[in-house]
Amino acid sequence: MKHINTVETRNLCESAKNGGCGECQTSCQSACKTSCGIANQKCENAQKED
Amino acid sequence: MIHQYKLGGVNIVLDVNSGAVHTVDDVAYDMIARFETEEKDALIDAVFNTYKDAGGVTKEDVAECWEEIAELKAAGKLFQPDTFRPMAGELKARTSGVVKALCLHVAHTCNLNCEYCFASQGKFHGERALMSFETGKAALDFLVAHSGSRRNLEVDFFGGEPLMNFGVVKELVAYARSIEKEAGKHFRFTLTTNGVLIDDDVIDFANRECANVVLSLDGRKEIHDHFRVDRNGKGSFDAIVPKFQKLVEKRGGKNYYMRGTFTHRNPDFLKDIETMLDLGFTELSMEPVVCAPEDPYALTQEDLPVILEQYEKLAELMIRRRKEGRPFTFYHYMIDLKGGPCIYKRISGCGSGTEYMAVTPWGDLYPCHQFVGEEQYKLGDVWHGVDNTAAQEEFAACNVYAREECADCWAKLYCSGGCAANAFHATGSVRGVYKYGCELFKKRMECAIMAEIEKQS
Repeated sequence: MKHINTVETRNLCESAKNGGCGECQTSCQSACKTSCGIANQKCENAQKED
Repeated sequence: MIHQYKLGGVNIVLDVNSGAVHTVDDVAYDMIARFETEEKDALIDAVFNTYKDAGGVTKEDVAECWEEIAELKAAGKLFQPDTFRPMAGELKARTSGVVKALCLHVAHTCNLNCEYCFASQGKFHGERALMSFETGKAALDFLVAHSGSRRNLEVDFFGGEPLMNFGVVKELVAYARSIEKEAGKHFRFTLTTNGVLIDDDVIDFANRECANVVLSLDGRKEIHDHFRVDRNGKGSFDAIVPKFQKLVEKRGGKNYYMRGTFTHRNPDFLKDIETMLDLGFTELSMEPVVCAPEDPYALTQEDLPVILEQYEKLAELMIRRRKEGRPFTFYHYMIDLKGGPCIYKRISGCGSGTEYMAVTPWGDLYPCHQFVGEEQYKLGDVWHGVDNTAAQEEFAACNVYAREECADCWAKLYCSGGCAANAFHATGSVRGVYKYGCELFKKRMECAIMAEIEKQS
């Protein structure tokens, strides 16, 4: 009987290895201009960590 | 640190420092909450005693659950310690002086007279003005010159109402396109407009040159027309909706956001979202008003539970319509668990005042569009660069770890410390904490993660 299902996510510790390129979109420019949306940003490097 | 919550019939456990997300049964939900503080055998006995009458739960099941949790902890997916504090400031330090995004205030004037406008009807508490091509060109040159190795550069045409200076907007885009190849850069233009001046020329331009357009619409006609009025006090809903519909249709229904504001008048903003959907719009953003707490339309503590419930109902609506084959997107629920931002970005925040700045019609630089007019935060100008290094350092020091109040918050690596402008206007300090905004943010994140889990299941 399995009690826990782990959803596929980006591992933040792994992201430290090739993160920080700075090419991701500036969050405030995206849509709302009044409340931050960093969590909504996408990263083109994330797939390299698979 | 972990965060546990139940939403949409799902038990969800977030492991804050690894970014892991788990859905669990009731046994695991209870056991995880006590795992770090209770001894193994006692915990297994206690949880078994809770569930032994629930049917089908054996002591072996509970013991297996304990082992599952222990394995996830060993794998770094539960109770992962915070090892990121030494990185705080690292991204900003190594990219010091690099600018990659500008908010160009091409018009400090507006053809609407919205009472709730944080920019004081487009004037930003100053004189009415339009940006000249020469000033805009200097801003683009400043951006290219200070962009370091960044290839993607972002420019938002903002105001006031930027279409009141549409000729200069077109000239600036043409200039940018003429230099980007030689400079080895790619400009990503966005436009934020109230829609009044949209015509076929604007539509063709926006759909050719703008990666995204932000269209201001508050939802229900009576809500929209209460605040978004022209100089004669006439509501703008009937004039702008057909224009927005035409622009979006010609855009193929992609790469835009209908952006509404909700206030004390409409904490039940889900009805406004539904109005947008009825009008055929499917890329939506609805934001809490930014204003002084004494303003009559400011959100109140009494509004808070209503708003939080609206966010939950919005997530349910999103899931239901997705299943019905009528999906829509809500900006704050567009979370990509697999391809989201790296830890450096999550720690360092939005980049206001360092890699992102606003430019006034006169060429002055400010940390972002919400600081324009706050003279102590004028950073410099596009001809001479940043000379107010003390103000810039204040923003460079903004990160998740700069606010001790956030140390124990589960959402800190999602909000990245929050919006400096909201903090400043609420507390007087860019390192303050706008607690009302935190409550809204945390609920949005809980809903976004729940909706994403449902999407993946």
